[in-house]
Amino acid sequence: MQRATMDLWVGLFVLAGIGALLILALKVGNLGTYSEEKSYTLVGNFENIGGLKIRAPVKSAGVVVGRVMDIQFSTKTFDAAVTMNIDNRYQFPKDTFASILTSGLLGEQYVGLAAGGDDGVLKSGDKIMKTNSALVLEDMIGQFLFDKASEDDGDDSSKF
Amino acid sequence: MPRRIVIGIRGVGHRVIDSVWRLGYATRFFSLILLKSGTSISRFSLIIRELYFTGVLTMIIILVSGLFVGMVLGLQGYETLQKYGAETAVGTLVALSLVRELGPVVAALLFASRAGSAITAEIGLMKATEQLDAMGMMAVDPIARVVAPRFWAGVISMPLLAAMFSAMGIFGGYLVAVVLIGVDEGSFWSQMQSVVDFRFDIVNGIIKTCVFGVAITAIAVFEGYDAQPTAEGVSGATTRTVVTSALVILGLDFVLTSFMFRGVG
Repeated sequence: MQRATMDLWVGLFVLAGIGALLILALKVGNLGTYSEEKSYTLVGNFENIGGLKIRAPVKSAGVVVGRVMDIQFSTKTFDAAVTMNIDNRYQFPKDTFASILTSGLLGEQYVGLAAGGDDGVLKSGDKIMKTNSALVLEDMIGQFLFDKASEDDGDDSSKF
Repeated sequence: MPRRIVIGIRGVGHRVIDSVWRLGYATRFFSLILLKSGTSISRFSLIIRELYFTGVLTMIIILVSGLFVGMVLGLQGYETLQKYGAETAVGTLVALSLVRELGPVVAALLFASRAGSAITAEIGLMKATEQLDAMGMMAVDPIARVVAPRFWAGVISMPLLAAMFSAMGIFGGYLVAVVLIGVDEGSFWSQMQSVVDFRFDIVNGIIKTCVFGVAITAIAVFEGYDAQPTAEGVSGATTRTVVTSALVILGLDFVLTSFMFRGVG
């Protein structure tokens, strides 16, 4: 085979490989939409994080604005400290409300941010003061049964 | 009776010593390749020639099988996911399984059987026809001239081929799920993009393919160089290359996966 033809094919091969890598990075992965460098961190303490995992999305109004970077158990306050990386493009007021939500009935858990009305914005390393824990199914069922039982008690006492 | 036992124990010992010796020989051979690859890197045209044979000629089987694997994944994933009303997650399913596991592993298996066996057969036949000895006589180091370029060509082309396999597979999944079945195109791509992470999924997949590339080509060149210089020896070495590579790929894949994706959901 001619040297020039071989060079051409190898060049095409390498370019196709690099093209495939670029497609994977930009079209399939999240490199095109979100980068870690241009982001700031926020910390939120939750009483119960449920099934929240590292790398879970942080959403506001349904839009992904960042990702959960770290989850630690704090022995001082006995709750979970969740560190989030938020995209620099999105700034949130100081009284932003963070809650752990579930997408769909069986979907993944994510952190939902609901903006407040404060004029000051949260800076890197700031703590989100208002948080809402994840709903735990057992607690909900327990609560339901407890309510039901007290309802029945009430009925009983009214009868007698 | 005791004599038989002694012979049996001797057989076990012989095998253990033999395999340890072979492992040591392979390691020494591998370090020799690394030591002598300076010349082949400075004469890059040697590597380009081998890139043509290991990379370009393997590309077609990789692209075609990637397309079909992706199409099957799309079809099967859709069949199962639509039972739960989650058919838009088929993009996530196809992309994650290809980028994390199937892309690196299936591309590596194909690469071992298409390019690895060819490398072994070529070097083995060179040895059988005494071409390697002739090179040695002419003061041309066969490891630097024959073995190292093939090794580096394999190491370079493996990640590129696996990336092509994954990209083609995702395109196949797109064809089946979006074009044929009619899953919503927007949610197909956006769900995929929200789940597939560049650092955790794609970079880890590339690291896997680099490890596989080194393992496959090291096995292939070693088996070729170590082959008995007969027709039977070369065929045995080619078979051993494919079998050992396949086992090593699957074993290494388990080890790498357990390190990379543990605790990451």
